[in-house]
Amino acid sequence: MKLNKLTIKQARAGLIKGEFSALELALAYLDRIKKLDQGIRAFLTVSEDSALAQAKLVDEKISRGEKLPALAGIPLAIKDNILVEGMKCTAGSKILENYTASYDATVIKKLKKQDAVILGKTNLDEFAMGASTENSAFFPTRNPRDLARVPGGSSGGSAASVAAGMSMAALGSDTGGSIRQPASFCGVVGLKPTYGAVSRYGLIAMASSFDQIGPIARNVADVRIIFEAIRGKDPLDSTSVKFPISNLQRKIAISKFKVGVPKEYFIEGIDKEVEKVIRRAIKKFEKAGARVFEISLPHTQYTVPAYYIIVSSEISANLARYDGIKYGLSEREEDLTGVYLSSRGKGLGDEVKRRIMLGTYALSAGYYDAYYLKAQRIRTLIKKDFEEAFEKVDIILTPTTPTIAFKLGEKTQDPLSMYLCDIFTGPVNLAGLPALSLPCGEVRGLPVGLQMIGNLFAEEKILAAGEFFEALNPEF
Amino acid sequence: MITKQEVEHIAKLARIGLTEKEIEKFRRELSAILDYVKKLNELDLGGVEAASYLSQRKGKTREMREDWAEKEDLKRVAQMIKAAPDKEKGYIRVKTVFEN
Repeated sequence: MKLNKLTIKQARAGLIKGEFSALELALAYLDRIKKLDQGIRAFLTVSEDSALAQAKLVDEKISRGEKLPALAGIPLAIKDNILVEGMKCTAGSKILENYTASYDATVIKKLKKQDAVILGKTNLDEFAMGASTENSAFFPTRNPRDLARVPGGSSGGSAASVAAGMSMAALGSDTGGSIRQPASFCGVVGLKPTYGAVSRYGLIAMASSFDQIGPIARNVADVRIIFEAIRGKDPLDSTSVKFPISNLQRKIAISKFKVGVPKEYFIEGIDKEVEKVIRRAIKKFEKAGARVFEISLPHTQYTVPAYYIIVSSEISANLARYDGIKYGLSEREEDLTGVYLSSRGKGLGDEVKRRIMLGTYALSAGYYDAYYLKAQRIRTLIKKDFEEAFEKVDIILTPTTPTIAFKLGEKTQDPLSMYLCDIFTGPVNLAGLPALSLPCGEVRGLPVGLQMIGNLFAEEKILAAGEFFEALNPEF
Repeated sequence: MITKQEVEHIAKLARIGLTEKEIEKFRRELSAILDYVKKLNELDLGGVEAASYLSQRKGKTREMREDWAEKEDLKRVAQMIKAAPDKEKGYIRVKTVFEN
């Protein structure tokens, strides 16, 4: 159906011209969900009634000739760790299986103010911990490009819904790659904003110094539109920052760009075919006149262990609230300790338990200096690597992931092999930088993502680079 | 290899109830992960400070809002109490916190 292939700009133009109604647009997507989601399973909740009601309000505005906000009538899917008031919010976990959100996340308030249509909540790895959506306590989501393969994670449901045309765009969250890696595996565009650019209020916290909400869409222009809508300082998130660059629309000539390619990202472990596709993509920048330099990010090999220690430590603190007292699963036991042990024991999945315990260990007496403090000091070195690189280059290009989408079940037996999926994306969160993943080719019929990393608050540059690349390769 | 007692201790600190089978499983998995992160000991970190505030622009510190109480949102309060598994008269009920 044609309506499922529209960009946000095209949809908005169509609504304003009266070519179709917001109701028809919403129905087109809801229909597609009904047709495809039995096989893909991207959605945990489909909010048909409220979506249609939102769409009808937009149609009423159109008929009154009122000016439409940028996202009016645009059908979006929301990752199920972002609170939408009155709707279930499970974080992909049994411990929140029946929890109903009591407030809207700030990003949701902003989307609602723009009259966006929320189609439903998408599946994720439990509490956003994972790289395949196989850790969801409910069921795995499948990659629309090959149903035997994973869509990536943790925002697998969001990426799959966009790739399959079940939503025009989606929100995901990214702590170590959870927007970019599924975008790469599903062949769509995903942006992890600069840490602090988007409010985390109403995002179920995983690791507070890493988490960011970001858009997933079929093209860079749509990603930019959504990012514009959701970013901004929020009094309810003291880590949010006023975005210093005011004009995201400014066009930047690629021929003026200096591009860095880190040598540490092209060593063993990366699929040789993926490497070829990435190098071919980088060559396109060179052909367009950009200067491409090999750079070094010397502490790259320490990023995954540092990431897992710090993230797990923050996880152990953030998940202490799931205790069976205020909300969520609560087991009846004899005493308070019993309530905690039992509710958490039954309600939390293996990966979540693993990380909580790793974090508890790293922060415990006798180990704090050896693990957590050490990792935080290494984090400073990793940040410095990027700072020094950005003195020489405007953007850094890398593969998003070392492989194409793997098969369901392929990595579930070995937690460590799943952790290594984050090898190219994790360092970006350690440094708080913005990064975009966009499709740049295929290997054995599956999408390959190119990661573009920018300096702090340089979303403008990576979005410009993304649009340039897209224009050269419309087939991706 | 971390010991069974260490796993039991961590699980107790984290207030997660584990079966005997789970204790053994996590012991193996955590040991593998801890072995892997030992890699960080290769680095000489003399004088490097721990990363604290990200995206902090030079000279600026974290902005705090003014310290005054906002009016309570009674609707929100009602929703939150509704979500609690055990409640009475607008309070959340819990098991006794003190030992006899």
